Amino acid sequence: MTAVADLTVATQGPRRKLGKGRVAAWLVLIVAALYFLIPIAASVEFSLRGVHDTHDLSTWENLFGQPGFVDNLITSLELAAGTVVITLVLMVPTTAWVHLRLPKLRRLIEAICVLPLVIPAVVLANGVLVAFRGGPNWLTGTPVILALEYVVLALPFTYRTLDAGLSSIPLTTLVEAGRNLGASWLTVLLRVVVPNLRTSILNASILSAAMVLGEFTIANLLLMNTLPVWTVQAGQQDGEVATAASMLILIVTWALLLLMSVFGQRGARRTGRSG
Amino acid sequence: MAEQKVRRRLDLLGLLPFLAYVAVFLGVPTISVVVGAFQDDAGGWTLGNIGAAAGDPYLHAFVVSTEISALTAVIGAVVGLAIAFAVSASPPGGALRQVVSTASGVLAYFAGVPLAFAFIAAIGSQGLVTKWLGSAGLDISGFSLFGFAGITLVYLYFQIPLMVLVIFPALEGLRPQWQEAASNLGASRWQYWRLVGGPLLLPPFLGALMLLFANAFAAYATAAALTNGIIPLVPIQIAAVMSGNVAVGQENLGNALGLGMILIVGLALAGYAWMQRRTSRWLR
Repeated sequence: MTAVADLTVATQGPRRKLGKGRVAAWLVLIVAALYFLIPIAASVEFSLRGVHDTHDLSTWENLFGQPGFVDNLITSLELAAGTVVITLVLMVPTTAWVHLRLPKLRRLIEAICVLPLVIPAVVLANGVLVAFRGGPNWLTGTPVILALEYVVLALPFTYRTLDAGLSSIPLTTLVEAGRNLGASWLTVLLRVVVPNLRTSILNASILSAAMVLGEFTIANLLLMNTLPVWTVQAGQQDGEVATAASMLILIVTWALLLLMSVFGQRGARRTGRSG
Repeated sequence: MAEQKVRRRLDLLGLLPFLAYVAVFLGVPTISVVVGAFQDDAGGWTLGNIGAAAGDPYLHAFVVSTEISALTAVIGAVVGLAIAFAVSASPPGGALRQVVSTASGVLAYFAGVPLAFAFIAAIGSQGLVTKWLGSAGLDISGFSLFGFAGITLVYLYFQIPLMVLVIFPALEGLRPQWQEAASNLGASRWQYWRLVGGPLLLPPFLGALMLLFANAFAAYATAAALTNGIIPLVPIQIAAVMSGNVAVGQENLGNALGLGMILIVGLALAGYAWMQRRTSRWLR
């Protein structure tokens, strides 16, 4: 507790620059940085290990040649694309409609969208298995079911992102202008709402794609093969290959999210808003 | 009037695709779990699954899951708060804030499977840190990543960033004017924190604790990838039941365990939402 109290001294401003609090604050940040960076650095090192204490790129070079790797990578990419498409088709019209016509129901829709947080992924997978047991094969026997469930898993993120985007534009005015000029609802949606929401739509897409690329629980329990599932299976034989594959997942996910934060800052600057 | 009513009904129709989707892909599976928890294999009603889930070895899993979740929530909350404090001392809009907030968002939600391999690469038996410490004469090979302490260490990797994300807005919301006002009235720094800052931060802190607890309780991927399912956590037990490692006549046991998870996670998240509402009164 006293350590925490000490840290706050630094909030006092520049005149306490070299105070005890400042030192403690940096100490906390350095220790934290080490804790968070060392496992990542170790992963990189591990994936570069060659024979007899040497380091080379052989694991990475062989990664794409590993049996099943490319197939599962493609499945995961297709799943990400499918999830993004379903999410956008379902959620962009719905959130826009709620903002436009049913603003009183915003809290309710938000509550529904955070519900997936209450149902742990393991339980959802179990429920899917029980509920759709007799379902048609194209649904339950293929990754189609995964994409459909990933849309649900991503709802808390995607709804919030789209909702924030809609709150920041004069939606009613824009839509009325479009409608008064004789445009159909579909035209208004595609040519007025979507272009004005492009940053939010992009962010929602990136968030769901990133989530899908790393998702292991549901895919594994429904016995589907995706990149994370393949990675864990590979880890039982070859730690280096699995570490390289998991680094790949991490790099792609983080690159996507970094892209999002870059776009987010550009958007904020353009509209003169912070955050 | 009547026309308005009709229009309102038509407006509600616009929600139909969304509601139907959520009902089918979230509602139906959830209801199947809840109903299945009270059914036997023939479809008759029973409390047998609940009884089995509340007895050993499953009770033990609930205890271990609760212990790990509570421990990582408390450590994660305290360390996360310390980091948030340290960052809040840096200038607003500075690079440090940018890095910490971006990194927190990424680490809190997107760890999963890679996290397990990262820790094996760091402090597993062949890990980088294990080797370093070994050459420095420190042998940590007795430390098992796959046990309670190991899981705790790994879970903190996503718990701490989540805490930073959740508590930072509250910390930022404490206005400097309040501190100035307190000190103008003769309050010491300690008095300010005891009587103003502390009480204001307590609800968001407790809320965050519950969020972290729920987060750890629901986590599966990292533990499964790390331990190959040998540590008795509730999600791992559910997975074992699902893959058929269970006695005959207990097919619905997984549903009963799932119901237990929903109740515990739901309760923790409800507590979080309640504290959030209290906080939002003075935040902004």
